[in-house]
Amino acid sequence: MSDPVNLIANWLKTVLINWGVSPTWITVILSAIGVVVLASVVLVLDIFLVWVERKVVARFQDRLGPNRLGPFGLFQPIADVIKLLLKEDITPDKADKFLYNLSPVIALATVIMLWAVVPLAPTIFGSDINVGVLYIIAVGSISTLGILIAGWASNNKFALVGAFRTVAQMVSYEVPMVISILIPVILSRSMGINTIVHSQTVWYIVLAPVAAIIFLISSQAELGRAPFDISEAESEIVAGFHIEYTGMKFGLFYAGELLHALTLGGFFATFFLGGWRGWGVETYPILGIFYFFVKAFFMYWVIMWIKYSFPRVRIDQMLNLNWKFLTPLALAALIITALLDKLFQNASYSVYVLVMFLSNVILLYIAYLVVGSYARAERKRVADPEKIRVNFPIKSSGSTIEPRSTSEGAHV
Amino acid sequence: MLNDWLYIGLILIIAPIFPIMALIIPRILAPHKPSSLKSETYECGVKTVGETWVQFKVQYYNFALIFLIFDVEIVFLFPWAIAYHQLPLFAVIEGILFILILVAGLIYAWRKGFLEWF
Repeated sequence: MSDPVNLIANWLKTVLINWGVSPTWITVILSAIGVVVLASVVLVLDIFLVWVERKVVARFQDRLGPNRLGPFGLFQPIADVIKLLLKEDITPDKADKFLYNLSPVIALATVIMLWAVVPLAPTIFGSDINVGVLYIIAVGSISTLGILIAGWASNNKFALVGAFRTVAQMVSYEVPMVISILIPVILSRSMGINTIVHSQTVWYIVLAPVAAIIFLISSQAELGRAPFDISEAESEIVAGFHIEYTGMKFGLFYAGELLHALTLGGFFATFFLGGWRGWGVETYPILGIFYFFVKAFFMYWVIMWIKYSFPRVRIDQMLNLNWKFLTPLALAALIITALLDKLFQNASYSVYVLVMFLSNVILLYIAYLVVGSYARAERKRVADPEKIRVNFPIKSSGSTIEPRSTSEGAHV
Repeated sequence: MLNDWLYIGLILIIAPIFPIMALIIPRILAPHKPSSLKSETYECGVKTVGETWVQFKVQYYNFALIFLIFDVEIVFLFPWAIAYHQLPLFAVIEGILFILILVAGLIYAWRKGFLEWF
């Protein structure tokens, strides 16, 4: 009874063998059933996430949130889905019809694909490929493509601007994100995600807190959530890339975004919080699912907490933060981790953990000092507009772009 | 081993089916009354002016280029990270030199002003 999923799988296998199906086809059929079950569970979870999101937002804003339909408003998302299914589907005249319909499919499908490699429990996972991390990076970046397609195909200027901003943002933040994932790979010496979880006798958030923080910030940006929501800034470009989408197509984007948030929360839990690790998992693997989702939902909640607490950044601030701060910091963390790991790998494990933790804390403190001095310089610069040298008022497509000072050499 | 990749292959095929189904159901259930006025481009309460597919700021392209350099080079770091327990200290330092070359590229772009948004 400890592992019902594999129990059912074995039972199905014996049934199929008794029917006289050839072993190759049994594997194919079982895998297909596994895929459908996983995708269905993920999508049902997704519908539930709408409720979680709305309820948590409401609490952050001192409201009650949905509370009419069913207990605690639990049936609200189901009503929403029915409403979206019955909405008229409008395609703009000049839109590229095929690409216009393709992009919401990409937006949701890639997120479902990501779940294939997430280990839910020691023995319960879709697939344990030995290049799982590369798979995550590869599939995760397809969603950027979906957004670019959406903005391009809509034939709307707001959508196009939103798409450009999104791509600049997601493409930029992918660099620190990938580097920060590289650190757990170094620590566990494997790209298999289940192996990474297995080797976390001490959670990697202790061994590599800098990488964890960078991963959290850049996943926030990858999601396009506030403070990095310039791609769909309501006050600037209405809704960004999905402005022309109605009905279920918009619903797919929305569902994809929510599910992506939970997925990245799940990846944070897997890489840094020990995934399914917890008390009693060795005897009852099914408990791993519980532990995994507790951690994933905790990180999802943290992502929402950040989203509803911070104001939006400008695009230049967003790019500065990434290229001038997060990327060098991530590279520094990578170098320090690589060196210290090699130097202390023969030391006792407690010494190793202590060295890793302290080096990260020192790095964080230096980063904090650098950010602090940059913030002071920036505040001074903004408070004293006389000093800003106007170099080149650029004319571009009818609008003047605000010139920026170039005399800000000495900062991060 | 092969089963794992079979699973990946199947999910790549099956995962798009769910959203496609979600697009097909409204085709059957939802009303469909298109009109030329309804399907005009919406732009903040004003008539659309000019073409949408115009030239865009070159800086998006610059950042994409910088990203490309980094992303391609980081992929080379993954084999290094995996073979880590077999590497002598010398090889680790070589890897770090490789990262420092990356950093030099970043500093170059920084000094050239490619990281400024104006």
